[in-house]
Order: sequence, then C-alpha cells, then structure tokens
Amino acid sequence: MAKRIEASNVSSYYGSFKAIDSISMTVEPKTITALIGPSGCGKSTFLRSINRMHEVLPNARIEGSLTIDDQNIYDPDVDVTAVRRLIGMVFQRPNPFPTMSIYENVVAGLKLNGVKKKSLLDDAAEQSLKAANLWNEVKDRLSRPGAGLSGGQQQRLCIARTIAVEPQVVLMDEPCSALDPISTLAIEDLMFKLKDRFTIIIVTHNMQQAARVSDKTGFFSIDKTGDPGRLIEYDDTQKIFSNPTEKKTEDYITGRFG
Amino acid sequence: MGDYPSRSENAVTGDPGVAPRHTRAAGTGVSPSSYDEPPIGGGGALPRKKSFSMESGFRGLSVAAGAMVLVIIVAIAVFLISKAIPALGANTENFLTYTRWFPNESNPAFGIAALAFGTVLTSIIALIVAVPISLGIALFLSHYAPKSLATPLGFTIDLLAAVPSVVFGLWGRDVFQQPVNDFSVWLNKYFSWIPIFGGEGPFGQSIMLGGLVLAIMVLPIVTSLSREVFQQTPGMNEEAALALGATRWEMIRIAVIPYGRPGVIAAVMLGLGRALGETIALALTLGLVFNISFNIIEIGGNSVAANIATTFGEANETGRGALIASGLVLFAITLVVNMAARAIIYRRREFRDSAA
Repeated sequence: MAKRIEASNVSSYYGSFKAIDSISMTVEPKTITALIGPSGCGKSTFLRSINRMHEVLPNARIEGSLTIDDQNIYDPDVDVTAVRRLIGMVFQRPNPFPTMSIYENVVAGLKLNGVKKKSLLDDAAEQSLKAANLWNEVKDRLSRPGAGLSGGQQQRLCIARTIAVEPQVVLMDEPCSALDPISTLAIEDLMFKLKDRFTIIIVTHNMQQAARVSDKTGFFSIDKTGDPGRLIEYDDTQKIFSNPTEKKTEDYITGRFG
Repeated sequence: MGDYPSRSENAVTGDPGVAPRHTRAAGTGVSPSSYDEPPIGGGGALPRKKSFSMESGFRGLSVAAGAMVLVIIVAIAVFLISKAIPALGANTENFLTYTRWFPNESNPAFGIAALAFGTVLTSIIALIVAVPISLGIALFLSHYAPKSLATPLGFTIDLLAAVPSVVFGLWGRDVFQQPVNDFSVWLNKYFSWIPIFGGEGPFGQSIMLGGLVLAIMVLPIVTSLSREVFQQTPGMNEEAALALGATRWEMIRIAVIPYGRPGVIAAVMLGLGRALGETIALALTLGLVFNISFNIIEIGGNSVAANIATTFGEANETGRGALIASGLVLFAITLVVNMAARAIIYRRREFRDSAA
C-alpha cells in the first residue's frame, strides 16, 4: 500500500529561476515526514515535484531523479496521470469542487478512473469518509454541496477525496494553515490514522505540528532571497528538535531566524 | 495595543473633532492614558451626522438609476400595447395563428405565426451551429492555446463582434449565398428524405442562410463571454482535478465546465437575444416569404424584426400598429427566453453561492 520515495539531486526551476537546488532524501513507507523552513525556501516546490504537479505551471521544469519504489516518475514513458493517482495531494486551502455534492467530491477521482458501479462508489465514499473522520458529520447530507461545509470539514473532505483513489503516498501542502486549532487537531489525528496505510509527506509552518506528527523532519532554507532553497538537515524528528547537527536548524527551530 | 500611536496626540492639539469617523473605529486601542485627556470632539456631544453629504447624494443617484430601468421597461410596454391595440382590433384574422401579412388593406388581415416561427427557427439554427464552435474556441483560448496565440486570437474574435450587422447581411447575401446554395443542392440530393432538406428548390435565400449568418454574428459574443468565465475557474480547483490524476480534458470536464455553466448559459442567452432581435442581416438574407415550413434550404423564411424593417416604410396607420404588435410578440419571446435562462441558472444556485 505504501511506497518508498527516493529523491536524488532534485532541482526545480520556474523558467530560469532555480527554486530548489539538488535535494536528496529518502522517505520510508508508512512514515510521516515533515518539511519545515521559512517561506520561499522551496518546500512546496519540492513537494509538488514529487507528484509532478510542479510542471503544471508554465515554464516549470525539474532536474535530477525521483523514484517511487525504484521506478523513475520522470521517465518520459511514464503516464503523468498515473503518477498523480499513485501520489495524492492535499492542498493548503481546502478545494472541494464547488459544483459537486459531498458524495460527488469523494468519488470524483474514482469516476476519473472509470469506476461506474454505484455500489462500488457508495462503498468507497463511505470508507473514505470514515477514514477521513468525516462520515459521522456528513452521512445524512451527502447530496449537499461540498463547499457548504466548514473549513476543517472541507479539508477532511479533500483528504477523503484524495485517499478514495487508494494512492501510495499522500502529500500535504500546509493542510492546516487555513484552519482553526480544533480542526487542525482533527487533521493531525487523521494523519496518525492514515500512517498505517500511506506514506505521508507534509509541508508545515507550524513547528509544533511537525514535532507532534512526524517521524522524520527535513529543514529547508535559503541563504538570501533569490537563492535556491536547499535541504539543510534531514533526520529523525526527535533529533532535529532536540539536538540538531546544523547551527541553522537550531536557530530556526528556536526562533532565532528571520 | 502598543502598535497604534496614542490618540492623545491628536486630542491635545485641539483637533476640532471632525476627523473622519473611521479613524476612531473600535479596537484601535485607545491607550488608558487618553482617558485623562479631554474627550474627542472637544468635550461636547458626539459629532452630528451631516444632513446632506456625498453619501446621501450618491445613494439618491443610484436609487434613481435603478428606478430608471423599471421606468424604461414599463414605458416600452405601455407604448407597444397602446399602439398595438387599435390595429389588433381592426384585424379580421386571428393575430396569433394567421400566417399572412396584409395590414394595409381596407380589411386588414395579418398574423404573427409565420414571422414568429421564422424568428425562432433561424435563431435555433444559429445557436445549434454557433454554441459548440464558440465553446470549443473559448476552451482552446482559455486552457490550450499558449498565451502568445490566445491574446491576438481573442482580440480578433472581439473584433468580429464589432462588425456592423448590415455588413454581415450584405456579405451573406452577395458572397455567402452561393456556397450555401451549392451546399443546399448537395444536401437536397443526398438527404432529401429528411424533411428539412427536402423540396424542389430553388435554394439560396433560405432559413439556413439566415441561420448561418446569424451563427457567425452570435459566435463572438458567446465565445468571449464563455472564455471569460472559463478563465475565472479557480486555479485550486483545476489543481485538485489534476492532482487526482485527471488529464487536461478530464480536468476541464470536472472543474472548468461545471464551474462555468451558469456563465455559459448566460452567454448563450445573450447570443440568443442578439439572434432573435437581429433585423437587417435577416432582411437581406431571408426569402421574406410568409409561410410556415420546416424546410430550411428552400427560398423562404422571414422574421419579426426583418418584417418590421422591410414593410414599415409603406405601412399605414393600421400597418404600423400591426408591426408594433409583432414587436410586442418579439418582446414576449425574449422575455420568456430570459426567464427560462434565469430558471436554469437559479436551479443550481445553492452550489454556486456556497462556492463563492
């Protein structure tokens, strides 16, 4: 169900601007990895490079290699849509499809995959919503618009939509930054639960969150504006937050940075 | 608290207290020390509201502008009805079902049936041809074409909307008629078993020619409005679709088109409005025949607006009243069409509003 991600010397560009500079890291299956660092240091760019969402933007490109269980996802023969089905993504702001009901939102990915049978869709919707800790709140109003839910519920709906297609890896780009503390806690609980099934990589600005949920933490930083982001340190979360090797990491997590 | 400069500075300089009210909005953190200063406004009561200001002046203007719409609509309706009633009274045939148009005789006999039929049929043909093409162009411009191509192409299409309708009419009559005629002959040869392509000829100034010219005229409106709507699809919804593994077309299908649907319906209705009301282009390209026939390739066809344009000049008092009555029918048709469009848009409002 979960797969290992290996990045080696990944550099991503927007046109001629180099956003991240030769990032290498290995993410083990069924773990939560947190990426932290100041704004503009390339965490999100790196995350979006993992499921090839980076290249959606005009003139964006990438160098280096990214593999998922030893398959190169940037192989020219690889179908990019298959990569994105394998590596799901949850975005910073909840983005349910505004014209769809709660139910339709959850099964949107399955329908794209050609699943038509009502009973299969119904099952998947229920399972995914249960897995996203949302079922009890919405089971009586599945045909209501997804955008009518609260922000935290919408984000859990988006998580349900992402995991409904049974990906191997779930990427989360600051999934709680638009949410209140209670909704944030609900999502963090959810992450622990999902860890049994998926490899999770999360970008967060909230260091307590990184410390609470993740097994490993990567610290990104830039020297100055305009420079590419680099991975300064990548280690067990325990180690990063108690005894980091790099001075920069220590400065950042203790708040003596920027 | 400490982020705001203390208000007391202002108070002691003897500011007469007519500073705009919003600078004293709640929550700007009046520091405790200012309680010792004289109250804002020089110690008296709170400043009075001005009896006349830009605020009330602007409100009056906007209310007047809003009321104007109603006044104009009512004035048009009253004008049409008051002019039409005498002519309708003099009519010796049933206005709604009679197909001929002889209002200038001593025994006026006229009916709207053929005209209304022609108006609606040409407009429907125009939409059937124009809408799919327009949506295709709009999607191409908004989601497929590189920017360097989309901008000039979009500009060209907007330019097409600026061409006067009489130019389209002349072009349709003098240039486009021949190819349409040839096409009609071909259709008639192979598809005459379909009633709309049947008949013996002659072909040419037909419902099809009028409908196609209308289609070209409607195309730019529908295209540029739809394009606008498609471009407004939130990027995060497009990304959500792509991240689920959608191809470009699937992304358009699940994120762009549903989001743009109300806008596209509105665009089509505006196009239909133009098609229904189009006058001179149809007067030049239709056969101006008063009959009801579903045959779209034989010479024939007429429309309410084209009939008004072509017969108004020689109409007498009753004739003008009859033409105005036909205008009233056109007015009613557009009203019904618009209301139908509203109903369609309204039906899924719940989903649209919560998206905002």
